[in-house]
Amino acid sequence: MALLQISEPGLSTAPHQHRLAVGIDLGTTNSLVATVRSGLAVVLDDEAGRSLLPSVVRYHPDGKVDVGYTAQSAQNADPHNTVVSVKRFMGRGIADIDDIASLPYRFVDAPGMVQLKTAAGVKSPVEVSAEILRVLRQRAEAAMGGELVGAVITVPAYFDDAQRQATKDAAQLAGLNVLRLLNEPTAAAIAYGLDNGSEGVYAVYDLGGGTFDISILKLSKGVFEVLATNGDSALGGDDFDQRIFCWMLEQGRFAPLSAGDARLLLTKARDAKEALTEHTEVRVTAVLSTGEMMDATLTQAEFNKMTASLVSKTLAPTRKALRDAGLSADEVKGVVMVGGSTRMPCIRQAVADFFKQTPLTNLDPDKVVALGAATQADVLAGNRGGEDWLLLDVIPLSLGLETMGGLTEKVIPRNTTIPTARAQDFTTFKDGQTAMSVHVLQGERELAADCRSLARFELRGIPPMVAGAARIRVTFQVDADGLLSVSAREQSSGVEASVQVKPSYGLGDEEITRMLKDAFTHAKGDMYARALNEQIVDAQGLIAATRAALAEDGALLNAEETAAIEASIADLEKLLAGTDHQAIKRGVEALNAATTEFAQRRMDQNVRRAMAGQKLETFG
Amino acid sequence: MDLTRNHFELFGLPAAYALDRDRLDTAYRELQAAVHPDRFAAKPESEQRVAMQWATQVNEAYQTLRHPVNRGVYLLSLQGIDALHAGNTRMAPAFLMQQMEWREAIDEARAGKSVAALDALTDDLRATHRRIEAQLGDLIDRAHDFEAATEAVRQLRFMDKLIAEVGDVYEELES
Repeated sequence: MALLQISEPGLSTAPHQHRLAVGIDLGTTNSLVATVRSGLAVVLDDEAGRSLLPSVVRYHPDGKVDVGYTAQSAQNADPHNTVVSVKRFMGRGIADIDDIASLPYRFVDAPGMVQLKTAAGVKSPVEVSAEILRVLRQRAEAAMGGELVGAVITVPAYFDDAQRQATKDAAQLAGLNVLRLLNEPTAAAIAYGLDNGSEGVYAVYDLGGGTFDISILKLSKGVFEVLATNGDSALGGDDFDQRIFCWMLEQGRFAPLSAGDARLLLTKARDAKEALTEHTEVRVTAVLSTGEMMDATLTQAEFNKMTASLVSKTLAPTRKALRDAGLSADEVKGVVMVGGSTRMPCIRQAVADFFKQTPLTNLDPDKVVALGAATQADVLAGNRGGEDWLLLDVIPLSLGLETMGGLTEKVIPRNTTIPTARAQDFTTFKDGQTAMSVHVLQGERELAADCRSLARFELRGIPPMVAGAARIRVTFQVDADGLLSVSAREQSSGVEASVQVKPSYGLGDEEITRMLKDAFTHAKGDMYARALNEQIVDAQGLIAATRAALAEDGALLNAEETAAIEASIADLEKLLAGTDHQAIKRGVEALNAATTEFAQRRMDQNVRRAMAGQKLETFG
Repeated sequence: MDLTRNHFELFGLPAAYALDRDRLDTAYRELQAAVHPDRFAAKPESEQRVAMQWATQVNEAYQTLRHPVNRGVYLLSLQGIDALHAGNTRMAPAFLMQQMEWREAIDEARAGKSVAALDALTDDLRATHRRIEAQLGDLIDRAHDFEAATEAVRQLRFMDKLIAEVGDVYEELES
């Protein structure tokens, strides 16, 4: 792949300069951070040598926040203020949460995303997740001795746009530069080193604490191409705990439970489930705060029976993914198991039966995603040369619009390779109609009401015409993170409107700003100093990269164009001597704008080189 | 971005229905390797934006060419023909009859909850799909009969819909 080296000259990275980048697995139950050291992906441990960070956040009345093991140990004693499995609430409204009655939280039904009332105030799941990410960022910066240039954050492949956007917002809130949102099964595929000479079709079966993904990937010549993905973003190990919890209620015949007792039983349920991985039966005992007791034995056979419907709930998406990929189970060369829940013998057996082969379990299912994310972060940060692989991922759920009669019109079908863009033309329904409401949806169902509502916006100022005469082109663009933006334009008048798909399920920029302020009042860092510092680093990087590009491809510009870019660099350098971070930000934007045409010419050159190489290869 | 280049030129392929799939796949991978946003994550924003536009275009071109219906529609559009125009409904009666029979077969398989019947139907539909594809290639590449090709493209699209409907019934029977 020598041609890749030509097109990827490692512009801004001097050989001695290793850019610090991490991969973060923000899990339902546990989270991890990993990085690449001397070419090897490693998980970073805390001071006590523990690699997992329980995804548990406890809020104290004075605003102090505990994250991880400390918070976890308080969950029974302080259930209202100790948030576990917050990932299940990301980008979700109250109506989306099935088992709301058995959860000990005080939910607040906020528009778009549910919020939680804690001793330290009302918190959004984005803020709770940001607390976890912040601890991981600090752990990484301490271990690596410097500021991170960026992070790859993993998300379940089946996460919809609202859940992805919420995750990206959380990272931003935690002060992380997101290099990419990466799908968990795809990260696992990288970590398995399936690129090492492996060719063919692989399935990644990823059952975590709260989410299930199945991805079918084709590997060939250093390219990981996701053919299809499916899953259930509300199915995971927690549901298995819930089944044992219900069994315990039957066994104990308890009076209505307090929040603390409910949490105690859920914790016991999880312990029992984990014990059944190694043993054929487990004794389950509990003493509640009321003095009520239970003492019973749960066998693996009983457990398998009570969870059989959950196991089969993972096989239906598996069949769909295979069908979307146009493949049958026997065409799959290997099955990779990911996620702590795949330790359960009933899961391993079901997967082995379905694919008629023993699944691959040689990497720690808890760590494999973080390791893959770290490896990809290393590539994206520009720390590698030409031996990189390429990931071609897809969107998990169709994107569309609501049309007359409350129906869904699909604009981009599921399993479309990203980045992608599609336009669809619509027209007016009434004579003289001057506005049109655009309702953006995600999902496979025919009725708009059954799909997830991502955003609504209005295109106004359409010139009055007879019904059906206007031509309104709605364009969907999905970027490499799988995030959607939508714009609408009336073709004859040029009237335009667009949205970053955030308002209805994500957070507005103002809300993010408020949260950032809140976060910094409790943190040691000075917000202004940090913002300035980040802006300076950003600007210096941009100047270095632009200079390197000029040195390499200056021939693509005429003297005048070169002078304009150099003037823009000089302006920015002047601003860097000062301390106005807003001005520096504007200078960065100006330099970016000044180099747009140059970037396009460089890319054209890349393409010509790639195609020249292609023809050489083809014709010898 | 050079938008004047058509999808075939982009991949260095002849503008024909007959497709060297290996060559298309190889060219697609080489191109994505050069333009994909992952290659520019550490680069200035202007380069990231151009990368996204290019990668989007390369994906669109690839999906168009590798898909039998889309490739046909695209080739006809290069001839100035809108093959999927709503007013264009001409369809041979024999094909329409055959269609009705297939739909009945789908309904029967659903009612009888017969996966075996669905499997047989799928084989039948796929075989017909391949036959129409071959015809279409002949009409476009050799006979240059674009009117007949337009009808073949629309038949092929019907076949895709039927195959998708069978998929839905599989899902129904599995759940």
